[in-house]
Amino acid sequence: MGVRMIEDFLARTNVGRCHDFRDTADIIAKNGFKTFLGITPNVTNWSSDGKEFSLILDNNPLTEFVELPENHTSLSFSNLLCGALRGALEMVQMEVEVWFVQDSLKGDDTTEIRLKFIKKLEDALPDGED
Amino acid sequence: GYAVIAINGETLTSRKMPDGTQALAYLQNPDNYPLNIRFGKPKLSINEKITLASTFHSMYAIACKLSPVSNSSGIEVLETGTFRLSCYQTLTGIKFVVITDQHQPNMNPLLRKIYEIYTDYALKNPFYSLDMPIRLELFDLNLQRALEAAEKNQQYNANIPNSTI
Repeated sequence: MGVRMIEDFLARTNVGRCHDFRDTADIIAKNGFKTFLGITPNVTNWSSDGKEFSLILDNNPLTEFVELPENHTSLSFSNLLCGALRGALEMVQMEVEVWFVQDSLKGDDTTEIRLKFIKKLEDALPDGED
Repeated sequence: GYAVIAINGETLTSRKMPDGTQALAYLQNPDNYPLNIRFGKPKLSINEKITLASTFHSMYAIACKLSPVSNSSGIEVLETGTFRLSCYQTLTGIKFVVITDQHQPNMNPLLRKIYEIYTDYALKNPFYSLDMPIRLELFDLNLQRALEAAEKNQQYNANIPNSTI
């Protein structure tokens, strides 16, 4: 899904290439999430080397009317958000790891997704790269 | 070389008339005379288009490397005596190519519109696999509409654009 969503996003918005991971984080939170889910998560918890950050979602539109049943209390209901983020960033030549730190559906206070930058995929565009 | 592309107004596909009869047989049958035969440049087959597109992809990469200045884009416009080719590459590496006559103004708005149509009608279709030729009705329909709108606005003479990866 992420692989296809990124094209939709790029076709509609005129954002150019991000210069560093912080740019990426801002654009994901302010433009990406806004366009597809209508919410703007907060970007926080930057690691010291600037390669990891967290997205705090105040309310997750996917789980607005959802409750986990008794026998599936450890189900990662919104895990597709992680996959979509990973796929989308892969198409713009960034390999990242995405996982849930907290999930309000499972009883935590907030929903927190953490993104970690692994590496830049160099064998992609033949354009001049920075 | 020219080839027969239509007889009596019916377009031929791989040497057959629309109803399936062999064109050569039809031409030899005197009962069918008089005939109206149209000659012209035969259209490129799908395989030829794929081959030419991949060649263009390589040339695009070569163009980036040829630049004396760093950080150059690839081929944006390619002009010949009879046509002009405009190309737009997305941040994800997909290239959209439009072939028009030499007198057309900037093609970038049309190329971006085609990008949008691609994301709406090809990518959002669950049966479409990435990197395959696009054989989707809605995509073709909307593409045709966009081309017609562009023609009306500015008297284009564009061929059906090819999209490549």
